[in-house]
Amino acid sequence: MSIDKLVEITDLNFSYNSRPVLRGVNLSVSKGSIVAIMGGSGCGKTTLLRLIGGMIRASSGVVRVDGEEIRGLRREQLYEMRRRMGMLFQFGALFTDLSVFENVAFPMREHTDLPEAMIADLVLMKLNAVGLRGAARLMPSELSGGMSRRVALARAIALDPMLMMYDEPFTGLDPISLGIIGKLIRDLNDALGTTSILVTHDIHESLRIVDYVYFISDGQVVAEGTPDEVRHSTSPFVEQFINGRPDGPVPFHYPAPSFEEDLRLEAVKS
Amino acid sequence: MMSKLFSPVRKLGHAIIDAVLRLGFAARFFVAVIMASGTSFRRFSLVIREIYIEGFMSLIIISVSGLFVGMVLGLQGYNTLQRFGSESALGVLVALSLLRELGPVVAALLFASRAGTAMTAEIGLMKSTEQLVAMDMMAVNPLSRVIAPKFWAGVISMPLLAAIFSAVGIFGGYLIGVRFIGVDAGTFWSQMQAQVDVRTDVLYGVYKSFVFGIVVTVIALFEGFDAPPTAEGVSRATTRTVVISSLAILVLDFVLTAFMLGGN
Amino acid sequence: MERSTYDLWVGIFVAAGLAALLVLAFKAGNLGASDIGPGYTIKANFDDVGGLKVRAPVKASGVVVGRVTEIRFDPVRYQALVTMKINDAYRFPRDTTASILTSGLLGDQYIGLDAGGDSVMLKDGDTIRLTQSAVVLEKLIGQFLFNKAGEGSKTSAGLSSTAKAGGS
Repeated sequence: MSIDKLVEITDLNFSYNSRPVLRGVNLSVSKGSIVAIMGGSGCGKTTLLRLIGGMIRASSGVVRVDGEEIRGLRREQLYEMRRRMGMLFQFGALFTDLSVFENVAFPMREHTDLPEAMIADLVLMKLNAVGLRGAARLMPSELSGGMSRRVALARAIALDPMLMMYDEPFTGLDPISLGIIGKLIRDLNDALGTTSILVTHDIHESLRIVDYVYFISDGQVVAEGTPDEVRHSTSPFVEQFINGRPDGPVPFHYPAPSFEEDLRLEAVKS
Repeated sequence: MMSKLFSPVRKLGHAIIDAVLRLGFAARFFVAVIMASGTSFRRFSLVIREIYIEGFMSLIIISVSGLFVGMVLGLQGYNTLQRFGSESALGVLVALSLLRELGPVVAALLFASRAGTAMTAEIGLMKSTEQLVAMDMMAVNPLSRVIAPKFWAGVISMPLLAAIFSAVGIFGGYLIGVRFIGVDAGTFWSQMQAQVDVRTDVLYGVYKSFVFGIVVTVIALFEGFDAPPTAEGVSRATTRTVVISSLAILVLDFVLTAFMLGGN
Repeated sequence: MERSTYDLWVGIFVAAGLAALLVLAFKAGNLGASDIGPGYTIKANFDDVGGLKVRAPVKASGVVVGRVTEIRFDPVRYQALVTMKINDAYRFPRDTTASILTSGLLGDQYIGLDAGGDSVMLKDGDTIRLTQSAVVLEKLIGQFLFNKAGEGSKTSAGLSSTAKAGGS
């Protein structure tokens, strides 16, 4: 049975300290495609990545990766699954006591029995793919933000994963680095035949490179579609998001009693 | 108004419950670290690297402190003993004080301040920069790869450091007592050898430092592992490591001493 | 740092620690001398063992020849039964005296053996018959006061007899 959807999420619910974060989420990711999950801060998109990676467990619903349900996996099986995943963290999360070379070599040394010479070649190849072969001897503290993230990307693809997850890959980068990361995500996805999930709120970079978009707001999927569909969407949320309007389906004011009431109460108190 | 009266009491209750919960969490952490120790033995080079950082790098502070503590013992000891005409017991005094108490305890306190806080800060920092999570996502258990080797390195280093402290301290006492003050060298050493028993004095000191090593290392690792992933959280965690380790050492010291001397 | 460099420094550290332990055990402690070696057992009964402890030394002419191995109360004789192990190299006559002495004024107590003149030697399992118990401070003071009181009555008796003699 060939699996068309690498990641399938069905009716997913997740609460944190009895506060619902995700409510009845349904989404799927086709093999070989790049999918963006977008929304405002705190809407639950990073939580989705954590659920797919098995770092947290859903209250109810199904998360399936390559046909296997994540929830039922024991530690060894979960580690087995994770060996086929790569995750790029927001600020790289490079190991600060290891050099760039050793960071990229880390997964290879831990999970394979390859001889050092071969590992060295592979590391240099991965670094070359992200354009940082010359920085192999540097320490993470000597890298700029964009460079750290590229090294982290090289590390994430070290074992040619079947699924790549990106947690806010565009946040805080200068325009050149933005372009580089975007290009790398697309090129690597196609070259390695991987499937990628991008969690981001950067509209313009994402729409340029992804195949499908999901919009999350208030714990639910409020809109989805291909980049073209999204650009021409009539959904008020998408419209507010794309054009960056301060008020709309996502309100400007934090919930509060009416202004009048608040002022009057203040007058009564004084 | 009544609730204002009870508020400090309630806070105390909360604090106690929090402390007990924390203790339980720390105990589970300890068990988890032990269970994750397989890698530490299969890849002993990880432990060796940690022994270098925790043990070898502490040698200077341990030796210098040991020397001065020993010298002070020599001075104070002589000053007190000569009032009773018992200067000949100086060697015994210095040796027993160091072997039974000062060696294990002071070395453990210094270890907590130096190596303990370094461990807490390192792990807290790794946690706040998502390095631990990243490792977990790469299917490498951070408990096995990062934390357990540090634990075993601490357990191995502590007794060695305490022994070096005591040895250097006795030498310090000798320096002051014999060379400086003029107590007879022969008396100094022979009285010491006659009175110091390997089983009850030297060995008990080693047992104590083993226990201290376990306790201090677990506290340091736990505080780092549990620290809130912020700069303030990590800094508070390192303070907690020193404070809680020191208290634990002193309380355990009493308990162990009572246990060991109770037999006599 | 190279792995081998770590190994070197850690090796030095561990070696230093173990060396310190050995130095403490041998120079500061009595590991070298704690073993009496092959020996035989003899017993002695005392009225009062005072502060004598197990593992206290047994000395003859000030030289350590053995160790106390056991101290028990004998409910039949209502005395303390002390068992000691003496080095095989030393033999003592049957009429040897065993006394409980104190090293220095405030020191630990030990057993001192005073050799007698008997031609038959003590063998394994024998009991020393002549013993002198530990000096108990309270009894000593009591003795002193008793003696002083006795002297006082002798003096007053002497005075009264002198007075009587002088009177008549």
